[in-house]
Amino acid sequence: MEITFRSLWTLVHGMGFGALYLMACSGALVELYRRYSPDAKAIEVADERFLGRYLIVMAVLAWLTVLTGTYIIYPWYRAVPPPGTVDLTAFPQRLLLSDPATSSWHSIGMEWKEHVAWIVPIATTMAAVIFARRIRLCLDLASMCSDRRILRRHDQQARTRRR
Amino acid sequence: MTNTRSSTTVNVPDYPNGSGAAAMLAAGIGSFLVALFALIADKSPAVKSLMIFYRPTGPLSGVTTCAIVAWLLVWFILDRRWSGKTVAVGRLRTAAFALLILAVLLTFPPIADLF
Repeated sequence: MEITFRSLWTLVHGMGFGALYLMACSGALVELYRRYSPDAKAIEVADERFLGRYLIVMAVLAWLTVLTGTYIIYPWYRAVPPPGTVDLTAFPQRLLLSDPATSSWHSIGMEWKEHVAWIVPIATTMAAVIFARRIRLCLDLASMCSDRRILRRHDQQARTRRR
Repeated sequence: MTNTRSSTTVNVPDYPNGSGAAAMLAAGIGSFLVALFALIADKSPAVKSLMIFYRPTGPLSGVTTCAIVAWLLVWFILDRRWSGKTVAVGRLRTAAFALLILAVLLTFPPIADLF
């Protein structure tokens, strides 16, 4: 089984970073349900920290996906064939546009994808930063509340760090 | 993080929501700017050529770079203004979502071609 250099990067972009991000979205949805369903239990500090790191990883995956797509894959996609080129298989954009039956894959598919994808890292970064700040606030809040379980766990973690 | 059921009444202080609101609104604005810059570059050949920051990628490189820089700048400014304050987060959240939806619609070629 042979993979070309361009196929490898396309796999890294789509099946690596992109697919990992999409799977992480499923985990995030499950976590939202776990936290906010009517019979949700109280959240532990360790859960908060895990979700904070989870969102940061999601943001990193989103950025890697759009950056590899825009600066590595996309130039290959939109490459202009030399004049007189008959075989357009190495020039995907021109290949799609050469046939009315496939032109919509470019004019709607790729033209939309190359812009709308950039919304994802913006939104995910926003969520990760808001949540990271929320964790800090929650720890401050826990120290002011009479929630003994949260305080006890926070104290245990602080003692572990000091050792 | 929710408090467990406690027999004592606790006065939980109101924490300012300004930073969170700034992040949300800035993300909405940033998303909208991606769509707006893409639309402008598509309609104006002069802007399109100005947006070619990296030639192999073409105008997409400039459109996205400008939108990201503008997003970060707006976020910085809003965070400086609202950090430590409590703002009307409901209205700002609605505005952020509206901008996000507009961004998704404006990047859709059949809708972008209407302009």
